Amino acid sequence: MIDALPLAVTLPLIGAFAVTVSPLHARGLGLMAAVLTVASALSVTATVWSDGVLRADLGGWGVPLGIALEADGLSAAFLAMANTVALAVSVYAGGYFKQESARHFWPLWLLLWSALNGLFLAADLFNLYVTLELLGLSAAALGAITGTREAVAANLRYLLVGLLGSMSYLLGVSLVYAAYGVLDIGLVAEAIEPGPIAWTAMTLMIGGLILKAALFPMHFWLPPAHANAPAPVSAALSALVVKAAFYLALRLWLDVFAPVLNEAAANLLGILGAAAVVWGSWRALRAERLKLLAAYSTVAQMGYLFIAFPLLAATPPGLARDNLLAAVVLLALTHGFAKAGFFLAAGMVQKTAGHDRIDDLGGAAQALPAATFAIGLAGVALIGLPPSGTFLAKWVMLEQAMILGLWWWLVVMMVGTLLAAAYIFRVLSRAFNREPTPYRFVNDARTELPALLLGLIATFGLGIAAQPLWVLLEQGAFG
Amino acid sequence: MSFDAWLPAAIVLSSMIPGMLIFLLREESHRLRTLLNMTGALVKLGLVIWMIGGVYDGHLYEARWTLAPGLDLVLSADALSVLFVALSTLLWLVTTVYAIGYLEHSPNRSRFFGFFSICVSATVGIALSGNLLTFVIFYEILTLATYPLVAHRGTPDAAHGAKVYLAYTMGGGALLLVGAIWLQALVGPVEFTQGGILSVSPEELRVELILIFFVLLAGLGVKAALVPLHGWLPQAMVAPAPVSALLHAVAVVKAGAFGIVRVVYDVYGVEFAYANGLLLALGILASVTIIYGSLMALTQDSLKKRLAYSTVSQVSYIALGASIFGPIATIGGVVHLVHQGLMKITLFFCAGNYAETLGVHKVSEMDGVGRRMPWTSLAFTVGALGMIGVPPVAGFVSKWYLGLGAADAGSNWVIAVLVASSLLNAAYFLPILHRAWFRPAPKQWPQEHRHPGRFEIAGALLWPPVITAALALSAGLFAAAPFTPLEWATLIAEREYGR
Repeated sequence: MIDALPLAVTLPLIGAFAVTVSPLHARGLGLMAAVLTVASALSVTATVWSDGVLRADLGGWGVPLGIALEADGLSAAFLAMANTVALAVSVYAGGYFKQESARHFWPLWLLLWSALNGLFLAADLFNLYVTLELLGLSAAALGAITGTREAVAANLRYLLVGLLGSMSYLLGVSLVYAAYGVLDIGLVAEAIEPGPIAWTAMTLMIGGLILKAALFPMHFWLPPAHANAPAPVSAALSALVVKAAFYLALRLWLDVFAPVLNEAAANLLGILGAAAVVWGSWRALRAERLKLLAAYSTVAQMGYLFIAFPLLAATPPGLARDNLLAAVVLLALTHGFAKAGFFLAAGMVQKTAGHDRIDDLGGAAQALPAATFAIGLAGVALIGLPPSGTFLAKWVMLEQAMILGLWWWLVVMMVGTLLAAAYIFRVLSRAFNREPTPYRFVNDARTELPALLLGLIATFGLGIAAQPLWVLLEQGAFG
Repeated sequence: MSFDAWLPAAIVLSSMIPGMLIFLLREESHRLRTLLNMTGALVKLGLVIWMIGGVYDGHLYEARWTLAPGLDLVLSADALSVLFVALSTLLWLVTTVYAIGYLEHSPNRSRFFGFFSICVSATVGIALSGNLLTFVIFYEILTLATYPLVAHRGTPDAAHGAKVYLAYTMGGGALLLVGAIWLQALVGPVEFTQGGILSVSPEELRVELILIFFVLLAGLGVKAALVPLHGWLPQAMVAPAPVSALLHAVAVVKAGAFGIVRVVYDVYGVEFAYANGLLLALGILASVTIIYGSLMALTQDSLKKRLAYSTVSQVSYIALGASIFGPIATIGGVVHLVHQGLMKITLFFCAGNYAETLGVHKVSEMDGVGRRMPWTSLAFTVGALGMIGVPPVAGFVSKWYLGLGAADAGSNWVIAVLVASSLLNAAYFLPILHRAWFRPAPKQWPQEHRHPGRFEIAGALLWPPVITAALALSAGLFAAAPFTPLEWATLIAEREYGR
């Protein structure tokens, strides 16, 4: 039997080569690679769900020499979300890009996808660095694909920030390797002991990652980069690439640095997260352009995820902590679906109207019911209203905060929620004006349906049927 | 899943599914849209009638779906939920007919009827919620589904009204959420239970529980339009007439009032609430709202605004009933949930008819409308007299039980509030009736559309108010017959007080 684990990483890579060699068939080959990749990734998730943790040592070399891939509940969950979103982005891109830009898009996009899957599945710290670097490079290149002056400037900055982040991470890794002589996550976790080396390594690695995850005040690079990229790229950057950095930070926090953690570090991350929630939401509310609004919303939403750290640190291991962790993962996954759906729909609006200035969007919103619904559904999830997955996740997090007596996190999250409601409805209110338009729910199935489906998953799928996530995370992630 | 679990879910879905399908329809698929609307409404009515029989016999209907460990979505039916479900279902059917007639040839009907159906599903979901989490979920969905209805016209006025509406209800929703999470963190999952769940709570939690009560009350009070949280209601009047009718009689304000009744009886328990002075606080708040709403109604010349302030006042009778300790007042409050719905929806339908046919929007333009539109005006008269509390219209029954209950509990000041409010009701409704029936009609109406048929207006717009007025009248006339709202409210009170 062919092992799905390496396939999830290699298939998009093979696809990237194929579209480079045969650029005339970029779209067909690219979509084929996308479908195959998703199939392999989802089969990884399904196998983890039914059989438990999966591991593959490539080339037959064992630890500590070979390249090892490992999938537990946490990585399987992120993998499933990322690949579903990536498939939607691919289908959308098939309709969005014309011949010339498609030729540039597909190789980079498949390369990014391969790096992303590699990051979720890599089992040692150095390979993680490689995937992180690849991800940053391909993301910045994709962001600049339009070649406009703003896009190039923003993404050059993104590239440099990304390099700085991965350098910092790499320094941390080399410290760990020098001190303990191992890189496999499991082995490092066994060897690590509290002390200045471990603390420095942790600071460097997590510091590098929060730069890449755009945690306040290191978010400055994100809004211009995400707002100026073409819609499918924005969707991937905002929904997946920053989420990958968060995933890695969470992974290190839970599995590698568990023995050396302290509450001060957790609180610092939480406070930065809280500042991100308030500042990001505020800037989103003031944004004049739809895509800039969505980008600032990402800054805010990443903030919620980092508020999880002090809550996790304060909760003793056990059922309550497992529950909390699952809620945090649910929050991250829902945001992935919702933000991707939002950007894809915003791209349609921009294309139809010829601009994305929120105040002038009236007619465009009414001419595109499906895109408007996608924005609405994604918006419900971004605000955290029921029946979205975000609502459920926030409920669990806030209940735990109240049980711990940490009521101020509740205040922060409610403020963020209300601000989010304000900025989302600022957009949705544009859907109502008096111009009667010929009403057709779907106008361009290839671009509108992916956006709508992502919105539906975020708002109904993950809100009502999130129970399997708890089962999935029992595989190795809890404990 | 057994049938007993399936029934409450089916009642919610019977309007949710048609709603979703309607969004996909082309604007001109008039017949298919009407078919979907009416099928949903009739199927729902059939299911509800079935449920009424079952609940009367003490049958237990419950659907439970686990969202996450410790967080269950619960739909269940007790006597109180059935009362609200029956009201919403019946009035939805009538309002759908009215809306189809009212919005003929106006744009964006697919969007309108889609959200209209989801709005009713949310209301029914609120009624059937078996725990606080489920209640919060449907309460927020209701906000989401009503926003597009208020904004529907797309005029700057509508946009402003919708914005105000949203600001209030989002704020209220946030408070409700905070209260619910806080309560759940203290006592675990909050299932609605007859007699409340807090009677056994430890003494040291008391202060926190009292605080939470007020947080919840503030959250619910926004939708129930308790003063000073009522500001959105007059602004939301920009919505099309069927929406105003539904908002005022069934959906939004009732959801708030129903929530208050739930929290008092089935979360805190009326004994706990009484012992800790929560009932008194609620009673004062409700009384202030009743008087303030009536006073404001007196000063409005716009017919719809006068009706809106009247709603502010009348809905608080429900909260007032909940705030008086004793089963008789409970009956009065709960039965008013239905009675106010029947009367108020009649009044709003009539206001819509006046505006459609004659272009009359103001009280001062209503001279002589009685002779011009006799059927509509007759229905309006029944509704208005009921609001004042003139027997034998249903409103009298509510006020009678509220007064009796207050006397029974020794709260004579409540009787004073009731008398004052009835006088004020008369002061703002009787002049309208006087104008309509006894003043001569003007030579020219503001904007007249003559209806070619036999009656003053199309049947789809005429029959709904006539039917609801007849219902309001018979709910009062035959109050003691089986399966009337009064009978059912008595059943609820008996079960809540455990007799």
